[in-house]
Amino acid sequence: MASEDKKPKAACFDGEAARSLVKELRGTFDAGKTKSYEWRVLQLKSLLKLTKDHEDDIIDALRSDLSKPVLEAFVSEIAMLKSSCEFTLKQLKRWMVPEKVKTSITTFPSSAEIVSEPLGIVLVISAWNYPFLLSLDPVIGAIAAGNAVVLKPSEIAPATSSLLAKLLGEYMDSSAVKVIEGAVPETSALLAQKWDKIFYTGNGKVGSIVLAAAAKHLTPVSLELGGKCPVIVDSNINLIITARRIIAGKWGMNNGQACISADHIITTKDFAPKLIDALKVELVKFYGNDPLASEDLSRIVSSNHFARVTKLLDDDKVSGKIVHGGQKDQSNLKIAPTILLDVPEDSLIMNEEIFGPLLPIVTVDNLEDSFNIINSGEKPLAAYLFTNNKKLKESFVRNVSAGGLLINDVALHITNPYLPFGGVGESGIGSYHGRFSFDTFTHKKAVLYRSFTGDASARYPPYTPGKLRLLDALLSGNILGVIRALLSW
Amino acid sequence: MASEDKKPKAACFDGEAARSLVKELRGTFDAGKTKSYEWRVLQLKSLLKLTKDHEDDIIDALRSDLSKPVLEAFVSEIAMLKSSCEFTLKQLKRWMVPEKVKTSITTFPSSAEIVSEPLGIVLVISAWNYPFLLSLDPVIGAIAAGNAVVLKPSEIAPATSSLLAKLLGEYMDSSLRKWKSGKHRIGSAAAKHLTPVSLELGGKCPVIVDSNINLIITARRIIAGKWGMNNGQACISADHIITTKDFAPKLIDALKVELVKFYGNDPLASEDLSRIVSSNHFARVTKLLDDDKVSGKIVHGGQKDQSNLKIAPTILLDVPEDSLIMNEEIFGPLLPIVTVDNLEDSFNIINSGEKPLAAYLFTNNKKLKESFVRNVSAGGLLINDVALHITNPYLPFGGVGESGIGSYHGRFSFDTFTHKKAVLYRSFTGDASARYPPYTPGKLRLLKALLSGNILGVIRALLGW
Repeated sequence: MASEDKKPKAACFDGEAARSLVKELRGTFDAGKTKSYEWRVLQLKSLLKLTKDHEDDIIDALRSDLSKPVLEAFVSEIAMLKSSCEFTLKQLKRWMVPEKVKTSITTFPSSAEIVSEPLGIVLVISAWNYPFLLSLDPVIGAIAAGNAVVLKPSEIAPATSSLLAKLLGEYMDSSAVKVIEGAVPETSALLAQKWDKIFYTGNGKVGSIVLAAAAKHLTPVSLELGGKCPVIVDSNINLIITARRIIAGKWGMNNGQACISADHIITTKDFAPKLIDALKVELVKFYGNDPLASEDLSRIVSSNHFARVTKLLDDDKVSGKIVHGGQKDQSNLKIAPTILLDVPEDSLIMNEEIFGPLLPIVTVDNLEDSFNIINSGEKPLAAYLFTNNKKLKESFVRNVSAGGLLINDVALHITNPYLPFGGVGESGIGSYHGRFSFDTFTHKKAVLYRSFTGDASARYPPYTPGKLRLLDALLSGNILGVIRALLSW
Repeated sequence: MASEDKKPKAACFDGEAARSLVKELRGTFDAGKTKSYEWRVLQLKSLLKLTKDHEDDIIDALRSDLSKPVLEAFVSEIAMLKSSCEFTLKQLKRWMVPEKVKTSITTFPSSAEIVSEPLGIVLVISAWNYPFLLSLDPVIGAIAAGNAVVLKPSEIAPATSSLLAKLLGEYMDSSLRKWKSGKHRIGSAAAKHLTPVSLELGGKCPVIVDSNINLIITARRIIAGKWGMNNGQACISADHIITTKDFAPKLIDALKVELVKFYGNDPLASEDLSRIVSSNHFARVTKLLDDDKVSGKIVHGGQKDQSNLKIAPTILLDVPEDSLIMNEEIFGPLLPIVTVDNLEDSFNIINSGEKPLAAYLFTNNKKLKESFVRNVSAGGLLINDVALHITNPYLPFGGVGESGIGSYHGRFSFDTFTHKKAVLYRSFTGDASARYPPYTPGKLRLLKALLSGNILGVIRALLGW
């Protein structure tokens, strides 16, 4: 991605700088600073304070980077981050306690536990569309798990990037929590280093690059990617609420620029006209008759992405299928909510993640056909179904594979901290949120304690048939066999 | 690794063959065959039956590949595999049930669950040192989780490899289980396809020995965890010992006494020791002794029999820190002892190197145990024994850092081959119109109050609407 908004920097962050950054953080980590409960809590509380103290600055930065409406900025980024922080603070002590586990006859007598240990120094690479949330939410997990962390915010959201650098520098322990701003060169310099964990949010192409760089050092990686999140719409629904929730989950999510926003709709040929009408009515209620002038829609983030999205409409066979919207304002990087009906299957818009305000509707004869359509493509980060039909819900959950599924709404499942948030297949590796964030930055160390009592001499050479019989009986829990073997010892 | 034991093949398994193999398996998986509980149980029971019916063949193959003693072959591979299979069969139904989870106020009213879903088609690449166990144990996990699986056994254990090919072909659903012997290349293939990977690797597993111990039992357990484990050729076997300068002589004496009890005065003739697997590895291990500064530190053993690929249990004392033997995973019957002034120094020594798959401590000192568990990072830790922790199916078995990514055994095997799919169910009741544009300051106030659980704020906002 070209960084048309790249700030001029005084000194270049190169390989040497990256090496020395990693060295410094390793020193901090090895000295044990980040491991104490007190340190983790202090950092998390500082993050919370930073968010509260600078709510207006954050909202301003998001408006600058994305023209994000105030309510969206607050609800989808600030409130989400605060909630994640508070949930973690409440649960952390419990998560840090070693988990006692059962033992087996093979190690009797013994006791066993799983100890949660920080991985060490972690790299978090963030995205541009929810630049505040997607930067700090993984950082919460990294800190909660006791790691030192470097955050590389997206250069495509430069106001948020420099605000993060400034605020984390002021509020956090900068010997263990650092922000490195930059674009491809800086990210490459960081990726060349050995990290104990890399957490990346973004697209699949770069995800592959991150995974390959990590593979060199055997570094475990989380990839939060995207996909074409489909919305299946049955006729057995509350149409108005469905229409509203689809709009909220498409244009109400950074104007479609979200990894879990509704990418396209699949519904029956019969129902499509009703759905389109309902969407049109609600769209006017939400954004007025001139949506390009509405303050309640994010703009397209950059001219590169504006070009990318408009290119999807370039094809006559596609633009001819527009049933609503289609207006553009290039100077302000705005595209109106646009609905298309039955574009060709092989068109670009049906094969790339749209990540913008265009909503194609695909029609089928039977709704169950939609499951095969979805499963024949790359697995998306989320899939949605609107229906009151219990059997259809069950079939959907059983048959459709995606990172996560949500019935009768769009996107909202990510606000539940008890559900893992992550992809599968091309939509990603690993998950986070709630306890899953803690776990993803943690090594689960197995520990077994034995004593010197109960030493089984059958274990030791010289191996005899008698010992073998005894062990065979012991290991298969065959008490009679054990007795017989002991008697003929 | 060179495969000096490579079998000639009738046809070469090339890219075209691989593509077509994957296509066939995807077809089977997509048709839903592997997903049912019944199918998974049938396959697992077949694996169990295969192991029971052919115990002697398996033991023979392990003897052929590794000269593995019968008792070791039985206890460390066959019994482990049966136990893993039985544990999985017992628990599988429970593991397959979706896990209900709590919901939050933000989605009220709603219900939520995590559904365990097979990933699809998986590739298991196995090792040569426990070729039966390390091939089939991951396969158990893959099948239990509902996947189709390809097993690539190690060509360095060819008898076991072809036995596996034959038996799995006879006992298992072969529309889903294919295997190919031969060389393979693990490149950045996984990265290209965004495929999640588990890596079970190794490391230099250290054994810290305190003076406050039962010396005889300690010596026996160290021997069992070194030479009793495929003659040191195991990822979790004791690589080297760290103990105090004062205690080292006592430990060495105890080890010598027990070694003679176990393997006699001519260990090269003992039937209770595996051989070195191949001439390549024999050369690799003997090279570690090539250095005078190293071979001069041998305090026990050192005998070799190249024609039979045998090396006697060998103990070394205080070899130079920068020698090859102290910097590479030994994976053989050489046991260096490193001495320190204070035992606590050993923690730093371990942590300054690559994280091993396992680390061991022998002590009765409670504080030392606590400090060890708190400070030493490894895949897993075991106090007062060696290697045994892997027999507990309730503990995850895997590495950290250079010793690996991911873990398995017990439920962790099922989980590692599973996608944990988040599912949230909502209804059409309780629709919050504050969510929708046009965004007004009133809506913002209401949402702020709702999201911070501020009841008074909610009331105020609703009143000032």
